[in-house]
Amino acid sequence: MTTVLGIPIQVLFGQLLLGLINGAFYAVLSLGLALIFGLLNIINFAHGALYMMGAFAAWLLLSHAGIGYWGALVLAPLLVAGIGIAVERTMLSRLYKLDHLYSLLLTFGLALIAEGVFRQLYGISGLPYEIPASLRGGWNLGFMFLPVYRGWVVMASLILCLGTWIAIEKTRLGALLRAATENPPLVQAFGVNVPRLVTATYGFGVAVAALAGVLAAPIYSVNPLMGSNLIITVFAVVVIGGMGSILGSIVTGFLLGLVEGLTKVFFPQGAATVVFVVMAIVLLVKPAGLFGRSN
Amino acid sequence: MTALPAAARHRQARIPVSRQMLLVLILLAAALAAPFAVYPVFLMKGLCYGLFATAFDLLLGFAGLLSFGHAAFFGFAAYVTANAARQWGWPPELAIPCGVAAAAALGAAFGWLAIRRQGIYFAMITLALAQMMYFVAVEAPFTHGEDGIQGVPRGLLFGLFDLSNSRTMYYFVLAVFVLGLAFLHRVVHSPFGQVLKAIRDNEPRAVSLGYRVERYKLVAFVLSAGMAGLAGSVKALVFQLASLGDVHWHASGEVVLMTLLGGVGTLFGPTVGAFVVVTIQDVFAEAGSWVTIIQGAIFVICVLAFRRGIVGMAAPWLARRGIEA
Repeated sequence: MTTVLGIPIQVLFGQLLLGLINGAFYAVLSLGLALIFGLLNIINFAHGALYMMGAFAAWLLLSHAGIGYWGALVLAPLLVAGIGIAVERTMLSRLYKLDHLYSLLLTFGLALIAEGVFRQLYGISGLPYEIPASLRGGWNLGFMFLPVYRGWVVMASLILCLGTWIAIEKTRLGALLRAATENPPLVQAFGVNVPRLVTATYGFGVAVAALAGVLAAPIYSVNPLMGSNLIITVFAVVVIGGMGSILGSIVTGFLLGLVEGLTKVFFPQGAATVVFVVMAIVLLVKPAGLFGRSN
Repeated sequence: MTALPAAARHRQARIPVSRQMLLVLILLAAALAAPFAVYPVFLMKGLCYGLFATAFDLLLGFAGLLSFGHAAFFGFAAYVTANAARQWGWPPELAIPCGVAAAAALGAAFGWLAIRRQGIYFAMITLALAQMMYFVAVEAPFTHGEDGIQGVPRGLLFGLFDLSNSRTMYYFVLAVFVLGLAFLHRVVHSPFGQVLKAIRDNEPRAVSLGYRVERYKLVAFVLSAGMAGLAGSVKALVFQLASLGDVHWHASGEVVLMTLLGGVGTLFGPTVGAFVVVTIQDVFAEAGSWVTIIQGAIFVICVLAFRRGIVGMAAPWLARRGIEA
């Protein structure tokens, strides 16, 4: 058996794959956070809860409406985005003129409500969600065994991230969005409905989080706490990457997933804390974050 | 970053001492009589969390810094004090300062990192660092993981007062609480406190006036962490327990809620908020996740419609009567 530094190569690649999958979720969630932060200037604490709701939506669609994985992949983000848009219109939009910490507190409260409601209804033991038939099985790559579904999650996340990046950097809508991030009154003066753009951006960010939740449902069990555990790590990722660039949050997300995977191989006790340690080091060396602009 | 609440900025005019003293005396008398009417452990819980929230408010209300990770200091101090009292057999007068010192040291480290960023980033960094502390508490051997440190002896204070008596313990907690509040009052009204408020209201201006803003923020952070540690240490003795719940991010959120509900930037607000939240916890203790749902709902209502909090709402009325809340 081949080994690297005394570690069997299968174990190493297995953990790297797990790291890559965690990294994919970090990337997708921090991308949504960065997008929302760019235009709304708020940190969406409810992002983890919305990710959790995406997973629950998939589970509910399957168990109550008989809609399978592929249908859920489309419907769950739409449903959750609808909730997100309602929240933005009725609550968040009242807070834009105030200190941005208030919207952090509001979304924190919403996250608590969502977590509490789902915990009350479904407990915390977690609900199973089966891998769809078309994505079962795996490939033997020679050096490791790759389950099809895990490969699909990494691919889908990459496509989602790059698609979003292209939409923002290369399309007219993306240009408007970037302009509105820089100077909202001026863009409004050109006849663009900026409040609607803000709502749409929030809705899109939420939909991406919910989509990540659907992708995660067959890997981790569907659990009311799945979002809050993830979101704090994603905050650290966001601090490390800086929220200045979309590409930056994608790269940082995947990178930290891999770092976490490697730590699990070589120093398992540190796996839970490594992202936070990296954050501390980045704060010391480059406080604005790897891709951030200092103000 | 602009200042947070209107209440925090209400003018702190020179006020006639008499009415203020009268109010303080009445509150003190009520607090002294309270354990004869109310279950002492409930009162102690309220006072511990009140002190914790007051410590948190030193940062949010007077320095404009939202720390979303204050449970780290509260919980870490609880672990250290519990360990000192149980494993090393230290008396409370040594075990508590030990916890406070540990929390202040941790605060110095976390604060040193967190003050490098402002506003929302500051909140995220403190939350992430506190989560790191949580994972350390899960893994470290001396915290005993899920079990926590149980059966912590309350001990003999100065070898004289037997704290295993709930009423004696209550008066000790009350004394610590009053000292803590008096300390906060002193800090806020000192020249140092004035500079903190200046930083809160207009940081670039404070910088341009030549103040070393980072230093002031760091000192405020360490003071706040130490005070949160004091609350955690006392709490560990009251409940004879230090557990993962004390370092969990839920506890960090709860202290924000208490302060927001009671009134950011007021002296008594955080304690009022703490008693409300603790009461909700006790009433709904059997009702599963309802506590979380209600807490979330209070957050939403406070942010949308009730930003000044209970004491903050009463503050102008009290101020007209010469009382600073």
